[in-house]
Amino acid sequence: MRSFIAALTLTTCLVSVADATTIYPLDRATIMIGSPFDTKVEFDKVVKADEVKLTINGEPAEKVLGKDVQFVEKEQGVDASAVLIRAGAIAKPGTYEVKATAGGETKTVSWHVYATPTSAKAKNVIFFLGDGMSVAHRTGARIMSKGMTEGKANGRLNMDDLDRMAFIGTSATNAVATDSANTMSAYMTGHKTAVNALGVYADRTKNSLDDPKVETIAEALRRTTKKSIGVVSTAEIEDATPAAVVSHTRARADKAEIAGMLFDVKPDVILGGGSAYFLPKSTVGSKRKDEKDYVKMFRDEGYTFAGDKTELDAARGTNTGKILGLFHTGNMDVTLDRDFLKKGTVGKFPNQPGLVQMTSVALEQLAKNPEGFFLMVEGASIDKMSHPMDWDRAFVETIEFDKAIGLGLEFAKTHPDTLIVVTGDHTHGVSIIGTVDDEKPGTEMREKVGTYADAGFPNYEDKDGDGYPDKVDVTRRLATFSNNYPDYYETFRPKLDGPFEPSVQNEKKEYVANEKYKSVPGAVFREGNMPRSVDSEVHAVDDVVLQATGPGAEEFKGYMEESDVYRVLVDALAIAPQATN
Amino acid sequence: MNRWSLTRRRLLATGALAAATLPALARAAAAATPARLDFDELYGKISVLGLEFSEKVKALAQKKVAMRGFMAPPLKAEADFFVLTEIPMSLCPFCSSDADWPDNIVVIYLDKAQTFEQANALIEVTGTLEVGSWTDPNTGFLSRLRIVGASFGAA
Ligand SMILES: [Zn+2]
Repeated sequence: MRSFIAALTLTTCLVSVADATTIYPLDRATIMIGSPFDTKVEFDKVVKADEVKLTINGEPAEKVLGKDVQFVEKEQGVDASAVLIRAGAIAKPGTYEVKATAGGETKTVSWHVYATPTSAKAKNVIFFLGDGMSVAHRTGARIMSKGMTEGKANGRLNMDDLDRMAFIGTSATNAVATDSANTMSAYMTGHKTAVNALGVYADRTKNSLDDPKVETIAEALRRTTKKSIGVVSTAEIEDATPAAVVSHTRARADKAEIAGMLFDVKPDVILGGGSAYFLPKSTVGSKRKDEKDYVKMFRDEGYTFAGDKTELDAARGTNTGKILGLFHTGNMDVTLDRDFLKKGTVGKFPNQPGLVQMTSVALEQLAKNPEGFFLMVEGASIDKMSHPMDWDRAFVETIEFDKAIGLGLEFAKTHPDTLIVVTGDHTHGVSIIGTVDDEKPGTEMREKVGTYADAGFPNYEDKDGDGYPDKVDVTRRLATFSNNYPDYYETFRPKLDGPFEPSVQNEKKEYVANEKYKSVPGAVFREGNMPRSVDSEVHAVDDVVLQATGPGAEEFKGYMEESDVYRVLVDALAIAPQATN
Repeated sequence: MNRWSLTRRRLLATGALAAATLPALARAAAAATPARLDFDELYGKISVLGLEFSEKVKALAQKKVAMRGFMAPPLKAEADFFVLTEIPMSLCPFCSSDADWPDNIVVIYLDKAQTFEQANALIEVTGTLEVGSWTDPNTGFLSRLRIVGASFGAA
């Protein structure tokens, strides 16, 4: 026994010594030919410049990457050296062995560099991202929207008819779990990264803006094509998912900088919330720390600005093809509040468009470009309503997201050269287990939860045929629960007064059950199964389902990493064919 | 006697409490009476291109005002400023690292640092209203509306 432990310790030591040096891009990275990326080697200690050797397939790295190597004797805040090659690129596909040596440390990683086919299968790509969209969200949306008779759905969601699919692994480079930044960044660059990071490998220095960069799809399209680019989200447009289309930062919270990165790339259509980061600091409502006025800067670049639904409708007719639409200072309100209950912040911003209108305007504008386009549409609040376990709002958001997908499919009918991808960036630990039936006897709500044969079917109605349930607080509704939660009061009921706020922070900075829901009839205290520092339900590590249709979609199959999805997109568009010489 | 009770006594002697109990005539005569300002009177226009302070706020700039609200849990036990919020808050909406400015708070600067024991109870703050952006050199927090030279007590 003792010798076994000793052997194990020795193995562990060896592993950690070998891991002391880190090379970015990490081992098994997949890189498109010609795509600029930063290479960084972080040594474990201070080494001398003249003893550093960095080779790629036995040749000096600077020769292969076409850029000079910078040596940093002591990195800021660390007692160790690093070498850095900014914006190098590799022209030929193949497997590349990268070897770094210095001061007795050696590290080897291998990169897979690929070319795309020479001819494009698709002209346009529409990438629909349902933030946090899990299987339960789709099931819930289908049942709420279409209904069910004798166990068969009365109708299908648009996404139900996408003919290709894959399971997607979403883990980060630093954790089995993920966030939206990490995952969307992998979709949009082809490189996995760390939680909170966008368009960079997460290095060890404190500065969030100096990390080794990789190219985003928007930058790749700007570099290699004349296609138009659109970014649409119901979140702040600087939020992780839309930000991943254009940005490079270790910290998704760098929203003021991300607004600047949007301006650098200038997607032709930008629609969403988050105007606070576009306003100069002297404007009340601004969240900037400088006087940059991005609304003015975009206008000066020929963008038509829209601040609400009416202005967005007017902007439809713009002939510049460039629209900046910002409809909320923060995240936009969800469909249930915006169109039905008039809760949340709808009182302050009463005229917000929805995801369907935004998608429609974006498609109309982008389709004007004969070269084609890339459009990213995010159903952001599926996630934002899942964290506080507001399943009714999350399901209604999924219905709205599905309606936007319907517009994409409609567009593809007349433009068959369009690849449509629908996926989530991570899942939630949520499942539907039956119904909650108010008519069941007694006052205890748990006794009204029907499982198996006792569940029957929910009694949502859609009399006006708009695809949304006429009301969510029906007497027999879906019983949906999260498998992870902070302390909270379970009410077994929809939250009609505004989005659910399950927990609040106390003086000890711990999250405790929000007393606001204690007096709801039948509410029960549920002791959390997560640390008290956590304020809501969290992302699940479970695979995400990706579905797709159109030219190139046949490449989605089986199990794939999120970083593999990028390659399918660029292959379909053939943006990096191998040079013939 | 601690600072809290001193503040409270001063409020009782002059301030809004007196104004609320005296007849209208006497109130008009008391020129030093601070103008009462409510949270829902702060902004005149709200849009994605920014918020505008109301005419009342603009007119009261550099004048004595009294505002009622709740003390957000302060950053430190002792400080010369705190955040007055419209509804009780479990954490300071402004004291986080990214220090975003929410539109339903007013920052209160006291004459000198003091210890806070105030839990979420309605308080009334009196002081001089300052309107416009100002970055606190000590904390780096950017505020849009402040009451300076302030004192407070139970409302
Ligand atoms: Zn999330």
